Amino acid sequence: MSRLRLTGISKHFGAIQALSDVSLDLAEGQVLGLMGDNGAGKSTLVKIIAGNFAPTHGTIALDGRPCTFHRPRDAQREGIEVVYQDLALCDNLTAASNVFLGRELTRRLGPLRIVDYAAMRQRSAAIFATLKSETRPRDLVRRMSGGQRQAVAIARTLVAEPKVVLMDEPTAAISVRQVAEVLDLIRRLRDRGIAVLLISHRMPDVFAVCDRIAVLRRGALVADMATAATSPEEVTGLITGAIETRFGRAA
Amino acid sequence: MTNSLESAIAQSQHRSALSRIMGLQVFWVFLAAVLACAALTLLTDTFATERNLFNVTRNFAFVAIMAIGMTTVIASGGIDLSVGSSVVLAAVVIGVFMEAGHPFWLSALAALGAALLVGLTNGLLIAVVGMPPFVVTLGMMSFARSLALVLSNNKMIYEFGPDHAILLGLGGGRLFGIPNPVIVLVLIAAVMAFVYRWTRWGQHVFAIGGNESAALMTGIPVRAIKVSVYMFSAFTAGVAGILMVGWLGSVTTNLGTSMELAVIAAAVIGGANLSGGEGSVAGAVIGALLIEVIRNSLILLGISTFWQGAFIGFFIILVVAFDRLKALR
Repeated sequence: MSRLRLTGISKHFGAIQALSDVSLDLAEGQVLGLMGDNGAGKSTLVKIIAGNFAPTHGTIALDGRPCTFHRPRDAQREGIEVVYQDLALCDNLTAASNVFLGRELTRRLGPLRIVDYAAMRQRSAAIFATLKSETRPRDLVRRMSGGQRQAVAIARTLVAEPKVVLMDEPTAAISVRQVAEVLDLIRRLRDRGIAVLLISHRMPDVFAVCDRIAVLRRGALVADMATAATSPEEVTGLITGAIETRFGRAA
Repeated sequence: MTNSLESAIAQSQHRSALSRIMGLQVFWVFLAAVLACAALTLLTDTFATERNLFNVTRNFAFVAIMAIGMTTVIASGGIDLSVGSSVVLAAVVIGVFMEAGHPFWLSALAALGAALLVGLTNGLLIAVVGMPPFVVTLGMMSFARSLALVLSNNKMIYEFGPDHAILLGLGGGRLFGIPNPVIVLVLIAAVMAFVYRWTRWGQHVFAIGGNESAALMTGIPVRAIKVSVYMFSAFTAGVAGILMVGWLGSVTTNLGTSMELAVIAAAVIGGANLSGGEGSVAGAVIGALLIEVIRNSLILLGISTFWQGAFIGFFIILVVAFDRLKALR
């Protein structure tokens, strides 16, 4: 059974058709690369899955159960987490505080509820350990490398045991060594049975970690195929429109 | 496994406690204030007198109370230029109410209510309408002071009805030899130091100042928190206004004029970063203390008071330059 199933998703903004009839399946422990040119509708699709806006038509189903999201919180509650392109980190706070941003752990102190820093450090250290990242919970994000910052943003998605993680261009603005680190992080998410949707422009990264590749062109899905059954040249052709469509059995 | 996990937690930063303290702006500002006090004690025989110390601590308490509110606003990435006008509005409201024969507690509540209303208006315009804090609070600075003028008809108030003595005792009196405003300052500072460090609200204020869109995306109630921050700033101004009326024994409509500058200066000298995300209660208090010690020392040393602005301005620029240098290293 598929973890995340999109059926016939369309989205209009006034007269503009941003997405038309997109259907996608994402299985447990699978990494799907979503590619497409600027304006092809990748970000719109991610925002619909993340609950930023509702689709005009179509349904989203998680583990076979249809879901309607009115706001990002709803999607989060259902187990959908997003790593944003700019990572959405607070430089002035520690790694642990960033991991638990907006859902800080608290404990009782008499009649008060206070932030439980010790528990937050413990749990974020445990998450960093499963990600095999050397990020230290007490370090300020300001002093971190690009790869460590990615680890913090990814660790944040693991706080709530997610079913699906959406990643928006995680390797767009970092160094080669850090890209390798991030790809490793994605593999660890996959190994934990999480379904990952990776939006990227970078062909080598997509081919390195994805089980399947889907291509959007002008709001329509034009390809959905196993990574092993395609090539960067073919994907480029599909993105630009040199090749019309290509659908194959999912791996 | 557990071992490496614990060592990762313990191994926070490659820095000792001493070097951490040395890196804090508050530490250097505190050192400057202590040195200034020591020098004054040696150079003059008037500084370390009980009477002068009483005056210094009381005078700085008003600015320090408001600097805690201002630091909170600055930490959230905003600024509040209307605090000086909130002071005079609160002062006029309590003056008018008490003059009309109302009891102290009711008049004080009305004054705090007026200040909170100013803060609420600021907060709503900034957080909900989305206007820039500088412009909103600049407008409010003019608006609230004008309201105070209208309310008092620009007359001095010095008769405070049946509870006259309570008001004057609160602002001008002392408890165990400590001026009452200082006691209020210590209470507010203790509560807020706790709130900054240990509450989710405190975490969220600093998160908003650090990266507002990140705070929004992680589901922090950014609007509500921003409104509350401006209300708290106005609240501290209201408290300071009430205490100042009690201390002065009268309300004049020039009360709190250009006080926002002293308050912002205290917050900035104490380490509040105008781009948001940084600041501390201790810094606000120590920044206010340094400003008052400078003021007091110039008077005691017989230096023309015209130089006050130059010295305070020098310190503001010095601490910001210091911060720049640290960032460059």
